[in-house]
Amino acid sequence: MSVVFYILAAMTIAGGLAAMLLKNTVHCALAVTVAFSGLAFLFLELDAQFAGFAQILVYVGAVAILVVFAILLTRGSETPKDSVYSKNWLAGLVIAAGVFAVLGWAVLQSAAVLPHETATPTVTVLDIGNALMTRYVLPLEIVALLLTVAMIGAVIVALHEKTEAQ
Amino acid sequence: MIEKMDQIFVSLLHWLISFLPAFLQPFVGVVICVAVIVCLYPALFALAVLLERKGLGRMQNRYGPNRVGPFGILQPIADGVKSLTKEDIVPLSADAVVHFLAPVVLVVAVFMGFAVLPMGRNMVLVDMDAGLLFYFAMSATTELSVFMAGWSSRNKYSLLGAMRAVAQMISYEVPLLMSSVAVVMITGSLSLTKIVAAQDSYTGIFPHWYIFTPWGFAGFVMYAIATTAETNRSPFDLPEGESELVAGYHTEYSGFKFALFFLGEYVAMFSISGLGTTLFLGGWSAPFSFLTWVPSWIWFFSKIMLSICVFIWVRGTLPRLRQDQLMNFAWKFVLPMTLLNLFVAALWHFLGEGWQRWVFCSAILVVAYVAMGLVEMRSDHFGPRKYRYAE
Repeated sequence: MSVVFYILAAMTIAGGLAAMLLKNTVHCALAVTVAFSGLAFLFLELDAQFAGFAQILVYVGAVAILVVFAILLTRGSETPKDSVYSKNWLAGLVIAAGVFAVLGWAVLQSAAVLPHETATPTVTVLDIGNALMTRYVLPLEIVALLLTVAMIGAVIVALHEKTEAQ
Repeated sequence: MIEKMDQIFVSLLHWLISFLPAFLQPFVGVVICVAVIVCLYPALFALAVLLERKGLGRMQNRYGPNRVGPFGILQPIADGVKSLTKEDIVPLSADAVVHFLAPVVLVVAVFMGFAVLPMGRNMVLVDMDAGLLFYFAMSATTELSVFMAGWSSRNKYSLLGAMRAVAQMISYEVPLLMSSVAVVMITGSLSLTKIVAAQDSYTGIFPHWYIFTPWGFAGFVMYAIATTAETNRSPFDLPEGESELVAGYHTEYSGFKFALFFLGEYVAMFSISGLGTTLFLGGWSAPFSFLTWVPSWIWFFSKIMLSICVFIWVRGTLPRLRQDQLMNFAWKFVLPMTLLNLFVAALWHFLGEGWQRWVFCSAILVVAYVAMGLVEMRSDHFGPRKYRYAE
C-alpha cells in the first residue's frame, strides 16, 4: 500500500464523488473522466501496461466523449431547477452498502482460495495476444459479434428517425 | 567518430548526471530529457509557423511575412511577444474552470506523446513494451480538450465547431489505428524501438522501410490522410475554417491561451509525423546504406520536417472538404481500404520472399482502390438539391 496508491485512490474517489455531487451535468461528465483516468493509473501502478493504456484509449478517448455527446444532444446540459439529491437517499445508501459488502466478501474469499504467488508475473502484450487467439478466441468472437450488433442497431435506430421525419 | 556524433546527446546526458550521487541519477536524467523535449519542440514550432506562412504565401503568389527581420525570419518572435501581451478575454457567461483547463489538457496530452518516440539510436525517453498503445491513448485525450474548449465558451459557433471537430477526430481515429496495426502485425511488437530496428536493414543500397512495400505504401497514404484529419489540417479543417465558423472551438480564446491551442496543434503535427516516420519511414535509419555515417537524429528530424512541408503543401493546394464528404470518405472509403490492407499485409507475410508477393499484393490493392473509387465515390444525385432541416 504505497503512497502512490493512496494518491491515485483519492483521485479516483474524488472524481466519482464529484460526478455524483456536482450540479452541472457536463462537469459531472468531466469528473467521471478523472475517475476513469485514476483507474487507468491504478492499472499502470500494478504493472498492467496493456490494461492501463487500453483503459485510457477506450474510456477517456471514447466512452467519455460518448457521454458528453449524449449530454449535448439532449437537454441535459441545463442546470436542474430543483434539488439534485433524491428523496429516498437512505434506501439508496443501504442498497449501495449491501452491494459493496457482497463484492468485498467475494473478493476476499477468492484471495484466500488462490495459491500464494511469490512473484508478480510480467504479462507482455505478446502473451495477451497469444491468449486471445488460442484460449479466449470464443469470448473474443462473441464480443466482436456483440459490437457489430450494437453498431447495426445504432444505424437502424438513426435510420428510422430519418424516414419518420420525411 | 561516427558513433560519437551519433550518440553525442546520450553521452552528454550521461556526463551531466555523472556529477550526482547514484540515487538521484535516474530522476535528474529524466528531468533533463523532458526539459530538452519541452524546449526543442516549441522552437521547431516557431520554425514551422514561419515555414507555413512563407510557404503558403509563395504558393498563393504573394510574399509571406517579410517585415520583421530579413525575409521575415524574426516573425515567430513577434508573434510570441504579441500573444504574451494581449489581453486575456474570458466571456462573462463562460465556464471559467473548464475554459481555463482546455488548452492545458491539450498541451499536456500532446507533449506526453513524445515520451515513446525514438528520436535517434538509443534516444527514447521511455522504452515501453506497449509504446504505440500509449501514444494512441494520449492522442485520444486531445479530443476531450477540443470538446471542453468548445462547450465552455457558451458560443454557438464554438459548440458547433467543437462537435464537428470531435466527430471528425473520432471518425478518423479508426483508420489511423488500423493502418498502424498492419505495421504491428508484420513487426510482431507494439514497441516503437523494435519497429524501427526491424526497418534498419538494407538490401544492396535500398532500405527495408515499410513504405517501400505495397501494404506499407497504402498504409502510409491512409495514415497520412488520417493524420491530416486528426490534427484538423486542411483539407479537413472545416471545424476551424475561418470562412465557416469564425475560428471554431477556439473562437473565444485570446492572447496566450490561443497561442497554446496553436502550439498544441502544431506540436501534435510534429508528434504524429514522428510516429508516421517511426512506423513507415524507418524512424532514425538512413535512406541509403552509404549514408549511415550521418547521425541518426538528423535523419529523424529531417523526416519530420519533410512531413511538415508536405502538410503545408497540401494545405496550399487542396480545397476544403465539407463535413458530410469528410465523414463519407472516412467510413466508406478509407476504413474498408485499411481492412483490406491488413489482409494484404498478412498475405505478404505468408507468401514468403520472391516476386510473387510483390505482384499479388500490389494487384489486390490497386484493383480495390480503383473499384472502390468507381463504386463508392460516384455521385448519382445530380438533380435539384434535397434539403433536410433539423426538427
